[in-house]
Amino acid sequence: MKLELRGMSKRFGAVVANDDISLTVNPGEILGLLGENGAGKSTLMNLLYGLYQADSGDILLDDEVVSFKGPGDAMAAGIGMVHQHFMLIPVFSVAENVILGHEPTGAFGALDLDSARALVRDISERFGFNVDPDSLVEDLPVGVQQRVEIIKALARNAEVLVLDEPTAVLTPQETDELMDIMRQLASEGTSIVFITHKLREVKDVCDRIVVIRSGRVVESTSPETSLDQLASLMVGREVDLSVDKTPARPGEVVLSVSDLTVIDERNQKVLDGVSFEVRSGEILAIAGVQGNGQTELAQAVLGLLESAEGVIALAGVDITRDRVRQVLDKGVGFIPEDRKRDGLVAEFTIAENFMLNGYHQAPWAQGISIDLDARAKRSDELIASYDVRTPSAETLVKNLSGGNQQKVVVARELSRDLTILVAAQPTRGVDVGSIEFIHEQIIATRDRGIPVIIVSSELDEVYALADRIAVMYRGKIVDVVGPETPREQLGQLMAGVSQGAQESVS
Amino acid sequence: MTIVREILATSATRIVAAIVLGFVIGSLFIFFSAEDFIDGVAAGDAGLAIAGGLGAIVDGYSALFRGSVVNLRAEGLVDMMKPITETIRFAGPLIAAGLGISLGFRVGLFNIGGNGQMMFGILWGTFVSTRMDLPFGLHLLVAVLATILGSAMLGAFVGYLKARTGAHEVILTIMLNYISIYLFTWFIRTPGLLKDPESGGTPRAPAPAETAQLPALFPETYSLHAGVFLVALAVWFYWWLMERSTIGYRFRMVGFNPHAARSAGINVERTYVAALFASAALVGVGAAHQSLGLTTGFTQTIHAGIGFDGITVALLGGGNAIGILFAGLLFGAFKAGGPQMQVIGVSPEVLAIVQGAIVLFIAAPPLIRAIFRLPAVSSTPSLDRLRRRVLREEETK
Repeated sequence: MKLELRGMSKRFGAVVANDDISLTVNPGEILGLLGENGAGKSTLMNLLYGLYQADSGDILLDDEVVSFKGPGDAMAAGIGMVHQHFMLIPVFSVAENVILGHEPTGAFGALDLDSARALVRDISERFGFNVDPDSLVEDLPVGVQQRVEIIKALARNAEVLVLDEPTAVLTPQETDELMDIMRQLASEGTSIVFITHKLREVKDVCDRIVVIRSGRVVESTSPETSLDQLASLMVGREVDLSVDKTPARPGEVVLSVSDLTVIDERNQKVLDGVSFEVRSGEILAIAGVQGNGQTELAQAVLGLLESAEGVIALAGVDITRDRVRQVLDKGVGFIPEDRKRDGLVAEFTIAENFMLNGYHQAPWAQGISIDLDARAKRSDELIASYDVRTPSAETLVKNLSGGNQQKVVVARELSRDLTILVAAQPTRGVDVGSIEFIHEQIIATRDRGIPVIIVSSELDEVYALADRIAVMYRGKIVDVVGPETPREQLGQLMAGVSQGAQESVS
Repeated sequence: MTIVREILATSATRIVAAIVLGFVIGSLFIFFSAEDFIDGVAAGDAGLAIAGGLGAIVDGYSALFRGSVVNLRAEGLVDMMKPITETIRFAGPLIAAGLGISLGFRVGLFNIGGNGQMMFGILWGTFVSTRMDLPFGLHLLVAVLATILGSAMLGAFVGYLKARTGAHEVILTIMLNYISIYLFTWFIRTPGLLKDPESGGTPRAPAPAETAQLPALFPETYSLHAGVFLVALAVWFYWWLMERSTIGYRFRMVGFNPHAARSAGINVERTYVAALFASAALVGVGAAHQSLGLTTGFTQTIHAGIGFDGITVALLGGGNAIGILFAGLLFGAFKAGGPQMQVIGVSPEVLAIVQGAIVLFIAAPPLIRAIFRLPAVSSTPSLDRLRRRVLREEETK
């Protein structure tokens, strides 16, 4: 089915979210919709799905104007949407989830699960999804859950499939598998709209790319466009994706971790004999698919895990048993992977978030009284030097964009007297402009002689920053390699394929 | 706790609207329960019935005003002003308890053990005020401190149990209410402990020694006593602690986001203990106001449910010192004006309905949203996106 949007506009009060957007997706075509967070991609898709009503413009399916009053109409017309956050019921089986909302029934309204199973099996076989209709959704890996979402859409005969930031939660392998599925679907005639802000992915899989910025289509282009060009289109100014970085000049060992083991409450070894060293003036990236112990490693260094066994030594001093307060006072800077949960208090102002872990000392406080004047002055300095875009230091952090929130965290941690910086997923959910800035700051920190540990599951980030790469798999460091290691090899290490290189683990 | 936090964030306009609506609901009850209305209905005279009902509303609320603000019927200015002093006296412990409960809310703790904490403080305070012999001034100071610290210790004990065992503070405080109140009862029923030897068959605690009484500010004229200064001090202290001190900052941080607090090096468990200590200490100020202002003996009913009323004061006050001050005065006015309504034949229970309706109107919208899992009005995804967009647009300017 051919989908066409003509001159779609949507304004909220004085804000124009979508401004005269037109685009076409032909049957069997994969269209990449590229734009930063807040560019208007989601508004456009909500218009298409009937969640919003457009102020002007038309939706055409196979050249006929249609109008949707709600998602039900859109689904009936053959539009399927897979949201970034899955709309699945974890305790239901795959088949139950797929039929939810349009359950096939037999005599006396009894649920006809058999035909549901058959339906799932059919679709699964046709597209090589490899999904068992009877497994419970909560037991499935994230990538498979996403396939269930796609099956859900296909089960309702979707001919236009909209995927909203589908790779945000996937591992590199799962992402590759998803792309195969997308190609397969397209070859069977499904039209696909692939919404993302990840450049490499649109280049890999799309037939055409539409770039949206500030609610307008800025360019309709082909996947041959270079990454730098795509980024510039998306951000609206020149972007240099490669980070300028001189070779590392490692000095003495600052942090040494030996035989670190952590057992969680389910009696699983989440960290299993991890040993490594970080020297001053170098960036060690800890790569790995999410959930292989990196989170716990960062937490253990900060002193958040009391059950940690082994030795963590900072500048020769054992800090394994230290409390978080003591670790922070020894100059460990920490950028947590989930900034909203662990790094910020959303209901606090920017100034209050700056003082989060130094609230008891100058310049934030005098004695037990908060020093409002000194805090205002210091906050304004930090906002200026770390480029936090905000009306004032008294703005609540929850009203900032993801990138600016992260800059608040980065400013707080880097402005302290550091002996080492531990940054977990430092640019997750952050716009391209802020990523550039944060990467520069991290490298500047290294160049000041401060060792940096970056925990990241994004290969692009690992390659941009790392001087050495430690790859984690199932709680172990499988190998430590150089930054020149090819992507495929790193991907294999992340999948647990060790290449007999165990002896190089330091 | 997110519901409580949302209730505390209710706007001033909505609070005023809720109060007005509360009085409207109260009017309905006065209207339909007025004798003149019922007589009119019985006589089949609609005009009489309506006039009777409306008359009762006017009479009832003017009696409330007369009993709680200014009595224009009284002779002389001094007597005319008496009702407002009564309102202030009744409001004192309500405000103190409201501050205490509110402090708990802001750390993410639901302290519903106000009554028990008051009685535990009064137990200690009564020992000091009746069993010790100290000079005036010092005796009062020690008695006040004993009451406040007694209450605070029970709060800290709850915090300790919560931190140590993970037990929920709601259960702990409810159960400790019983323990504490009956402990006090046992003390005043057991001769040789706190029983007033003269009380005989109706056991009660003796009145505080004269040297330990909060002195009356206008002897013979008004019953207002020096406890009002304690409460004023508590209001200022609460404001300073929560808005200006690093301790209050830590409290709020833990209340909003304990995970971030932990990553910022804060001992969350210890903060719970400290917060419940401070919460109960403020409730203890109310206990001191209540018990050391007396010149007569008293029983375990001295807490007068103030620990529970403090919850409504805290919710109505929106968590800030000035709001709690006014909320306490409003409910204090109800307590002061109730008897006047009864005198003219309007049930003072109507005031309990008004009080309940006010809290319901404030608490209901977040509660209903929570029950039906509706998104908060202030934060639907699209509104959030919109807000972020507007902010971004401001940035680029």
